[in-house]
Amino acid sequence: MINIPMEHALIVAILLFIIGLAGALMRRNLVYILLSVEIMLNAAGFAFVVAGARWMQPDGQVMFIFILTMAAAEVSVGLALILRIYHNLKTMDADDVSKIKPN
Amino acid sequence: MTVAFYISSVIAILSSLMVITRKNAFSALLYMIISLLSVALIFFILGAAFVAALEIIIYAGAIMVLFVFVTMMLNLGKEAEKLEKTWMRPRVWIGPSILALILGVEVILLIVSSEIGSLPGGEITPKEVGIILYGKYIIGVELAALLITAGILGAYHLGKRKALLQHRYLKEEKGGSL
Amino acid sequence: MQNLLWTIPFLPLAGFLILSIGSKWLSPKASSTIGVSTVAISTLVSILVAIEFISGIGTSHIFKQELGTWIDVPGFSSNFGFYLDSLSMVFVFIVSFVGFLIHLYSAFFMKDDEGIVRYFAWMNLFMASMLILVMADNLLMLYLGWEGVGLCSYLLIGYWYKDPKNGYAGRKAFIVTRIGDTAMAIGLFFLFRSFGTLNINEILHYVSLEWISGSPDAKIAALLLLGGAVGKSAQLPLQTWLPDAMAGPSPVSALIHAATMVTAGVYLIARTNLIFSMAPNVMLLVAAFGAIILVLAGFSALVQSDIKRVLAYSTISQIGYMFLALGVGAWSAGIFHFFVHAFFKALLFLAAGVVIIRLKEEHDMFKMGGLRKKMPLVFYTFIAGAASLSALPLVTAGFFSKDKILMDAFLSPDSGIVLWIAGLVGAGLTALYTTRMIILTFFGDMKIEPEKISSKALNIPLVILAVLSIVAGYIEMAPLHLFSKFMAFSLPELNQPEGAALGFILPVISGLVVFTGIFLAWYFYQKRPEVTYNIKKSAIGSFLYNLWFNGWAFDEFYDKVFVQPYIFLARINKNDFIDLFYTEISNLMIRLNDWALLTQTGRLRWYLALITVGVIFGITIIIFL
Repeated sequence: MINIPMEHALIVAILLFIIGLAGALMRRNLVYILLSVEIMLNAAGFAFVVAGARWMQPDGQVMFIFILTMAAAEVSVGLALILRIYHNLKTMDADDVSKIKPN
Repeated sequence: MTVAFYISSVIAILSSLMVITRKNAFSALLYMIISLLSVALIFFILGAAFVAALEIIIYAGAIMVLFVFVTMMLNLGKEAEKLEKTWMRPRVWIGPSILALILGVEVILLIVSSEIGSLPGGEITPKEVGIILYGKYIIGVELAALLITAGILGAYHLGKRKALLQHRYLKEEKGGSL
Repeated sequence: MQNLLWTIPFLPLAGFLILSIGSKWLSPKASSTIGVSTVAISTLVSILVAIEFISGIGTSHIFKQELGTWIDVPGFSSNFGFYLDSLSMVFVFIVSFVGFLIHLYSAFFMKDDEGIVRYFAWMNLFMASMLILVMADNLLMLYLGWEGVGLCSYLLIGYWYKDPKNGYAGRKAFIVTRIGDTAMAIGLFFLFRSFGTLNINEILHYVSLEWISGSPDAKIAALLLLGGAVGKSAQLPLQTWLPDAMAGPSPVSALIHAATMVTAGVYLIARTNLIFSMAPNVMLLVAAFGAIILVLAGFSALVQSDIKRVLAYSTISQIGYMFLALGVGAWSAGIFHFFVHAFFKALLFLAAGVVIIRLKEEHDMFKMGGLRKKMPLVFYTFIAGAASLSALPLVTAGFFSKDKILMDAFLSPDSGIVLWIAGLVGAGLTALYTTRMIILTFFGDMKIEPEKISSKALNIPLVILAVLSIVAGYIEMAPLHLFSKFMAFSLPELNQPEGAALGFILPVISGLVVFTGIFLAWYFYQKRPEVTYNIKKSAIGSFLYNLWFNGWAFDEFYDKVFVQPYIFLARINKNDFIDLFYTEISNLMIRLNDWALLTQTGRLRWYLALITVGVIFGITIIIFL
C-alpha cells in the first residue's frame, strides 16, 4: 500500500492553486486568465479528492464531479464571452474592457 | 507507487508553471493538458479511479479542446506573441508572485501544523461513487443539470453570429415581438 | 372698583391682539378706532379707580388684585398680581391719561401711513406693558412689563423700517437698554437668593428686618437695580440711545421717550426705595449721576439743530433731575417732577410733531422760522410747555417741581451744595436752549411755508396738556402740599430742617437764573445772531460745538472701547476652532473617499489581487489566533 502523508498531497494542491492564482494576476490576455482559473479549480477539486481518499469515502469524488461540471459550464460561457469581446472590441486585453476611467 | 506520486506531482507543478509563462497560447494549452494528465495519474494512485478517468475525459478532453477551438478561432497571430512579450516585464510578475507565495506559505504552515495522518490508498470503486451520487447527493446532480442547461443557453446566445449591436426593441420597424 | 384693576392693562392688550391678528382685514380707520378706544376705556377705568382710591385714602391706601399663579415650582412661586398704592396710582394715571391723549393725536397724525395697524398694535402693547410694569406686585411681573416696553420701544423706533437708519437706531436702543436689563436681571437673582421671593412687599419687609444700612448686600442689590434703571431711563452711562431714538414718529417719542418708558427707571428706584436707603453710597451715586448728566445733556441740547434731538437731550436732562431727587432721598419730589414733566414734555413733542409735518418733514430748526403767525395754537401751547420746562417762576408747574428738587438737594447732608449748583446750572441751560428753540422755530424770517394741516385730534391734546403744564403744579403749592401728602402713603418722607428763609431765597435765585437764561438766548439768537456765529467759528467754539453736538463723544468712546474690539475678535474667530473640528471631519471623509476610490480601477487583475490580499489576511488571523 502506499504510504503518502496527506500533508504532501495537500501541499501539492495548494501549490497548484497558487500557481493558478499567480497566473490570473500576471497575465493580461483574457484566455490566459480563464486558463489560470481552470488551474485553480482543478487544484481545488484535487484537494477534495485527497480528502475523500483519506477517509476512504466517495464523497470527495462526488465533490470533484460537481466542481468539474461547474467548470465546464463556466468555461463554455466564458469562452463565448471572450469571443464576443474580441468581435466587438477587437482586443484581448483585460484592462481595455473596463469602462471605469482611472482618476 | 509512492515514487510515482511524487514524480507526477512535480510534473503537474512544473507544467502548470509553464502554462502561465508561455507567450504562445497553444503551448500554454498543451502544457495545461500535461498538467491535467499528471493530476489524473495522482488520482489513480490515490485510489480514485473514477475521477481520474473523469479528469481525462472531461477536463482534458472536453474543456481543453474547447479552449483549443476558441483559440484557433481567435487567430491571434505573431503580433499577439510580441504583445505578450511586452506584457511580461519583471515588474508585472513580481507583485503577483509575492502575493501568491505568501498565500502558499501560510496555507502550507496551516497544513503542516495539523495532524492529519496518512492516506491509506485504498480503491474506491465507481460503484460506490455512483451509489452515493444518486443517493445522498441527488439534489446536487439536479442542480448541476440545471447549471449545465443554463451554460448551454448562455453560450448559445452569446455565440450567435450577427448579433445586433442595437437591441431589436430599439429599432423602429419592428414592433418588438418576441 | 378694585376688581376692575385687571382691565386697565388688559384692555390695551386685547387691542394689541385684535390689531395684530386682524391686521389683514382692518381698515386704517378701524384700526385707529380700536387703538384709541381701548386706551380710552382703560383711562376711564383708571380715573374711576383713582377717584375711589383718593376718596378712600384715609382708610385703605392700597388696592390689590390677585389674578392667579404664574409660576409655581418647588422653591419659587410667582403670581400675577396687581398692587396699587399712591405711587402706582400716579404712574397709572399719567400713563393712561397722557397715553390716551397721544393715541388720539396719533389717530390723525398717522392716518395716511400704510402701516397704521402695526403702529396702533404696538402702541397698545406698549400701554399694556407699561401698565403691567407699574401695577405689578412682584419683581418678575415688573420685569415682564420692563421687557415689554423695551420691545415696543425697539419696534416703534424702527417703525419706518424701510430706511435702514431707523432699524439701526432701534437696535441701538434695544442693545443699550439690554445691558441695563441684564444688570437688573442679576439684581433680581440676587434678591431672590437673599430672600427666596420676588414679591416686592415681602422683599422690602425682609430688607427692613435683615439688612443694615451700608451692608454690602444692599449695595450690590441697589447697584444692580440702578444698572437697570439707567439703561431704561437713558441716564449715565447708558444714555446714548435716546437721541437716536428720535427716528421714530413724534407721538412715539412723546409717549415712550418722554412721558412713560424712560421714567420706568424712576419708578423702579422709587418702588424699591428701602433697598436704596440701605445703601447710602449708592444713593449718592444716583444723585451724582443725575447731577452730571443733567448738565452734560443741557450743553448737548444747546447746540442741536434737529428740534426733536433738542427735546431728547432735554428729556435726558430732566430725568437727571428726577434721579438727583431720588438720590438725595426726596422721593416724592422726584415723582412730582415726573408727574409734571410728563405733561410738558409730551406737549413739546406733540407740538414739534405738528411743526414737522406742516413743514413737510423738516426737522432742522435753522430751516424753520417765523411760524408764530401761521400756527398760533401750536405756538402758544409750545410756549406753555417750554415755560414749564424752563421752570418759569410761579406761573408754571415746572417751577414748583424743579424748585422742590433744588431745595431738597441744597438741604441734603452730603455735598448738597454741589448738587444744588449743578441743578442750578442745569436750570439755566434749560432756559437757554428752550428759548433758543422757540426763537429759531417761531421767530425770525419764515423760510418754509407751512401746509394747512389742522384737526381737532391734533389740537385737543395740545390744549389739554398745555393747561395741565401750567396748573398741575398748584396742587403742591404751600401750604396745600397735596401731592406730597398723597405720596406720603407709599413713600418715606424726607427728614429735613424746614428753613423758612431758605424757602424764599432759593426760588428767587433759581428764578433769576431762569430769566438770565432766557435773556441770553434772546440776545444771542434774536438780537445779535452774528455773535453766535462767530463764537461757533472760533477754535474753542467749534471744538465745544462738535463735542456737545456728539453728546460728549460717548458714542465714539463706546465704539472704540467695546464695539471695535468685539468686532475684531469676532473676525479673528470667523473660522473658529469648533467649526474647524467639524469641517476637518468632513475633509477627512473626503480624503478617505479619494483613497478608497483608488481601489476602483476597473482592472480585473487588480480586483483579483485585492481578493488574494483579503484571503491572506484572513488566513493570517486564523494562524495567529
